Amino acid sequence: MPMTPIISIKNLQARIEEKQILNGISLEVKPGEVHAIMGPNGSGKSTLASVLSGREEYEVTGGEVSFLGKDLLAMEPEVRAREGVFMAFQYPVEIPGVSTVNFMKTALNKIREHHGLAPLDAVAFLKVMKEKMKLVEIDQALLNRSLNEGFSGGEKKRNEIFQMAMLEPKLAILDETDSGLDIDALRIVSNGVNKLRNKDNAVIVVTHYQRLLEYIVPDYVHVLYKGRIVKSGTKELALELEARGYDWLKAEATPA
Amino acid sequence: MAKDNQILEEITSKEYEHGWTVNMETDSAPPGLSEDTVRFISRKKNEPEWLLEWRLNAFRTWTGMKEPKWPNVHYPTIDYQSIIYYSAPKKKAAPKSLEEIDPEMLKTFERLGISLTEQKRLSGIAVDAVFDSVSVATTFKEKLGELGIIFCSFSDAVKEHPELVKKYLGSVVPVKDNYFSALNSAVFSDGSFCYIPKGVRCPMELSTYFRINAANTGQFERTLIVADEDSYVSYLEGCTAPMRDENQLHAAVVEIFAHARAEVKYSTVQNWYPGNKEGVGGIYNFVTKRGLCSGDHAKISWTQVETGSAITWKYPSCVLKGDYSIGEFYSVAVTNNYQQADTGTKMIHIGKHTRSRIVSKGISAGKSQNSYRGQVHIMKRAAHARNSSQCDSLLMGDQCGAHTFPYIDVENSSAQVEHEATTSKIGEDQIFYCLQRGIDEESAVALIVNGYAKEVLNQLPMEFAVEAQKLLALTLEGSVG
Repeated sequence: MPMTPIISIKNLQARIEEKQILNGISLEVKPGEVHAIMGPNGSGKSTLASVLSGREEYEVTGGEVSFLGKDLLAMEPEVRAREGVFMAFQYPVEIPGVSTVNFMKTALNKIREHHGLAPLDAVAFLKVMKEKMKLVEIDQALLNRSLNEGFSGGEKKRNEIFQMAMLEPKLAILDETDSGLDIDALRIVSNGVNKLRNKDNAVIVVTHYQRLLEYIVPDYVHVLYKGRIVKSGTKELALELEARGYDWLKAEATPA
Repeated sequence: MAKDNQILEEITSKEYEHGWTVNMETDSAPPGLSEDTVRFISRKKNEPEWLLEWRLNAFRTWTGMKEPKWPNVHYPTIDYQSIIYYSAPKKKAAPKSLEEIDPEMLKTFERLGISLTEQKRLSGIAVDAVFDSVSVATTFKEKLGELGIIFCSFSDAVKEHPELVKKYLGSVVPVKDNYFSALNSAVFSDGSFCYIPKGVRCPMELSTYFRINAANTGQFERTLIVADEDSYVSYLEGCTAPMRDENQLHAAVVEIFAHARAEVKYSTVQNWYPGNKEGVGGIYNFVTKRGLCSGDHAKISWTQVETGSAITWKYPSCVLKGDYSIGEFYSVAVTNNYQQADTGTKMIHIGKHTRSRIVSKGISAGKSQNSYRGQVHIMKRAAHARNSSQCDSLLMGDQCGAHTFPYIDVENSSAQVEHEATTSKIGEDQIFYCLQRGIDEESAVALIVNGYAKEVLNQLPMEFAVEAQKLLALTLEGSVG
């Protein structure tokens, strides 16, 4: 029996205001897989992440996206999240006065409610939290502070991965998670992601550099250029990009 | 944008939760205000001669005063002659227990979530409930009595403790203080009286619920709290009113007198009917609240969560007369639709080493106008006085206004005064971040707003804090921009 893909993107096109950014992206991610989306600045990587998570300012102009067999584009952003789409933000926002603990308790119980589960009480929630804290090596003191307020770059990203651990998504989209991280933070964050991988979920890693992919090893690598996937391959492609840059692909992609 | 407008429409068309009335025969004064009205009220309440004289004096003072025009609020001229100044539910005799109370009235309290029964006893709250203008029940009186604490309706206090009332009435808010305090002094109907004797720590939160019911009835509450030396009390006040088309005037006076080393915490959650989405109806809430730290090391703390009323005009203040005395003001004021609020505080430093702290969080949504008005006055004698003020404004949507009017007068060069102000908007990025975690927009706004107001909400007693959080969320549902 063929496995239902986690996400199946067909000819996806999108624009922001009058600017067309995605020009027909097709991609299928199966359970257990890690896909890397690479490409030069402005190629549409972050737009793809935003469109999948449902940011309002992007308008989908064509194509379809099926998430676990359901029409993802028809869902409100919060429903996508509850169905199991998680995005680790490139620039996580600050919410003063709201602790990560409180934020996660609200989020987790909204997701549980969506799936017909009773909300977790304080004790049960704390138990889950302690487990996940260990998994991603995060300190409780950080979780009691206002969300992302005054966090270092590394703390913000680690906090994103902690949230991913808490919410157990089916599909995690990591949007430039490596940006602004030193090598130790990169390792901790990657370890966290690797521990959360299993045969039932999938990860899309959006990144500019190959560096992150040394830690989170992808099954497939796709290169985005001018809103299209111009080349797909295995992890070796990432190494080739690292060595040769993007220019040769740009030349290949541009018709003579 | 279209979506935002639609959401705004939806929430503004939401009916006010406590909007209903109970039919009850009322025993009212005819509309209008004259010496006769004042005499009628005083007679109705079987008051002693001295109090009648006090009222008449206030009335004469009021007649010579003009309604203030300086607040940043706009409303049609109030016709003081069309207001009913006294209405009491009819009763055969004073009730001695809950069983004697009009079942209709008990039902009202129940619908408001105010239970005068065992529930409240268990939660440790003594309730002095004010229904329209007459106090109907006072619980815990005996238990408090053992400690020498007096907690009763103002009318009862006049009868049973005239010497205390006579001594302190008007001692913090003089009759002629302002137009509305003079009006209140002439026609106040009832309210609460509280006295904590020397060295006594009141073991429970004292609480009053106010409610306007009879149509066209101005409500003129009078609250007097006296904390004798080395005592402590925490006092809660909560309001909610039924739906009305006509504007209703509410001009209350609260006086707190704190002797040496006494501490009084006064917390308010105010949810008067704010008017409908077109700005019709709603309560005019013109309140005078002031505390006097009379002795050294006294402390008075005001905490308020203001979500209701069409117009709020209110400056809970502290007069720091005793050396080393402390005044605090923590406020969250929310305005939506066409609500107008002009609120803040006054900290008058008279004694040496006096300290004050002001934390004001304004939240404006819809087409509302929200003003912070605060005065910090360091008098000549107040050596080494210190004040820190923090005024934050949060805007939701692009049709509301936030204004800050801080006045700082320093007459002593050893004083230290700090003022900090910020203005922010709920960002779309913040909302989207929440959405992406499965939190819907309304819950996201509630979360963000409660986070913003946390410093103030933390000052409230636990039970009140929960209520206040819900109220904030309810008031602002959907008003994201």
